[in-house]
Amino acid sequence: MVRYSLKRLFQSLITLFIIITVVFLLMRLMPEEGYFGSGYEKLDEAQKEAVLISMGLRDPLHIQLGNFYKALLSGDLGTSIIYRPRVPVAEILKTKIPYSLYFGLAAMGISLFAGVFLGIIMARSRSKLWDKLGTGYIVFINAVPAAVYYLFLQLYVTDILKLPILFNPDKPISWILPTVSMSLGSTASYAMWMRRYMVDEISKDYVRLARAKGLKDKKIMVKHIFRNAFVPMAQYLPTSLLYTISGSIYIESLYSIPGMGGLLVDAIQRQDNSLVQALVLIYSSIGIIGLLLGDILMAAFDPRINLQKKEGAR
Amino acid sequence: MSNKKVNKPSNTINKKLFEFAEYDDKAAKRAGYSNYSYWRSIWQVFTQNKIAVFLLILIALVLTFTLIQPYLPNQKLPTKIYIDEDTKMQLRNHSPNMEFWFGTNSIGQDLWARIWSGTRTSLLIGIVVSLWEAAVGIIIGALWGYVRYLDRIITEIYNVINNIPTTIILILLTYIMRPSLTTMIFAMCMTGWLGMARFVRNLIVIIRDREYNLASRCLGTPTRRIITRNLLPYLVSVIMLRMALAIPAAIGYEVFLTYIGLGLPVSIPSLGNLINEGRALMMVPSLRYQLIFPAIVLSIITISFYVMGNAFADAADPRNHI
Repeated sequence: MVRYSLKRLFQSLITLFIIITVVFLLMRLMPEEGYFGSGYEKLDEAQKEAVLISMGLRDPLHIQLGNFYKALLSGDLGTSIIYRPRVPVAEILKTKIPYSLYFGLAAMGISLFAGVFLGIIMARSRSKLWDKLGTGYIVFINAVPAAVYYLFLQLYVTDILKLPILFNPDKPISWILPTVSMSLGSTASYAMWMRRYMVDEISKDYVRLARAKGLKDKKIMVKHIFRNAFVPMAQYLPTSLLYTISGSIYIESLYSIPGMGGLLVDAIQRQDNSLVQALVLIYSSIGIIGLLLGDILMAAFDPRINLQKKEGAR
Repeated sequence: MSNKKVNKPSNTINKKLFEFAEYDDKAAKRAGYSNYSYWRSIWQVFTQNKIAVFLLILIALVLTFTLIQPYLPNQKLPTKIYIDEDTKMQLRNHSPNMEFWFGTNSIGQDLWARIWSGTRTSLLIGIVVSLWEAAVGIIIGALWGYVRYLDRIITEIYNVINNIPTTIILILLTYIMRPSLTTMIFAMCMTGWLGMARFVRNLIVIIRDREYNLASRCLGTPTRRIITRNLLPYLVSVIMLRMALAIPAAIGYEVFLTYIGLGLPVSIPSLGNLINEGRALMMVPSLRYQLIFPAIVLSIITISFYVMGNAFADAADPRNHI
């Protein structure tokens, strides 16, 4: 298993290298006026050239790329150019990650618990009341764009429950609504998949055998069905756990939380090259590591899954 | 000891038995013919779901209405700014009344007309993008899953494309092509097929080595035939589910793009634009109708597609009919 993971990690390094280089080059294709923001009209040609040179954008591409990788290898993510000029990227992330991490983790905890629980209840009461209520909820959350229902939650729930409408780090009560709204979507998806997998498992032979042996229904559900139904879901856990630092664009801008949500989009729109590169590096590493951890977790849950290629196997 | 006496089994076997059989459509039909029709059966199961049928009729009505709405009498224009006759001022933020059924927006445009025109735009985006996603996603996904030597290559390509932020691609595209409906659809098509391809690929990997495929391979069935006849029919239900979800997803994505400022220009009404406009006004209770109306229309459309897709996927699952 260790050898397998190392090999996959090494392969991912190459992928990562390609991704970063492509993104690096794509950012260089962006229109040059983007680097000046609103001040574009006011500068004359010579001043513009001077700004571009000071940003290092007039160097040949391979030198820019070389400098970037040199800095990266010594652990330097670079300094922001436009977003917060001359502030190290690591510094920017340090102030933003904790907020997103808190909301992400709390929302994930809630939705994992609530979603799996709802899924189990739905699977146990197939086509009865709970199943129908749960399906209604899942349909609603999946079909209505998040932008819309987040907005209505903020609008009316704050009215009804007298909660503050904006986030304030010093007021714990203002943390509640963002966390809850953020967990709604993933609760629905956990419940949906949990129900699907549970229902698929229930009709299998080993469940019938367990029942024939005289096992209690509850015990079959928990020890047998749940464990097997959870395996396919295990794949997504590490990725979603790691991605909690990326924050939610909608939630964070709605409640004005100073987190990571939208930072990437913001950085791209302002063409802050070094910030974009650093973020892409972080996010794609998270994605790749999450996939690997997911596979390992899946194999841990279900000993029948073998990740390594055996002799004679395809 | 001589080997000559031992009759090798291969010498006595009729070589003809080991030649590939030609596929013969007529012979196949003679062996197991019945007048069972898969699609008719799907339709029968689908119509048993009352809610889905109701929504199907609803969405058909909405679709027809969005198409004929501009030609109905007494319709306002979606982009015209209406001026008050007496004061010569724009008819700003008029609450819904007999003349402006859904009210007017902050520069005096008729919301009723804008909503239907926006629905047209958004549905067009949703349908084109999801059809493209299905076509490209299924073809690439099937090849990715079934053809082994393509697996490593496509996996790498997927990893790279999937990890490049879509926003960069979108900004570059709008820079090259100018923001418009075509750019938007093109950009969403560029990246939309990835999810579908991976989805199909995973499903195909699971079933590609089942015995019946092994048997087909032994009989020399060409790859294309195995994919279209052995593999894809098994996946019709899940693929249908995803396709039905693709329309609400594309519309939701359009709302998202507008939200981050990469959507359609304001001159083209779309549900994303309307919701974004409404969002800005939501803190004023008397103007909330500007958000609520587009949100309701959007929700009706996306929920209908979602429920219908689910019902259709259930119906397409062979386990649910004879």
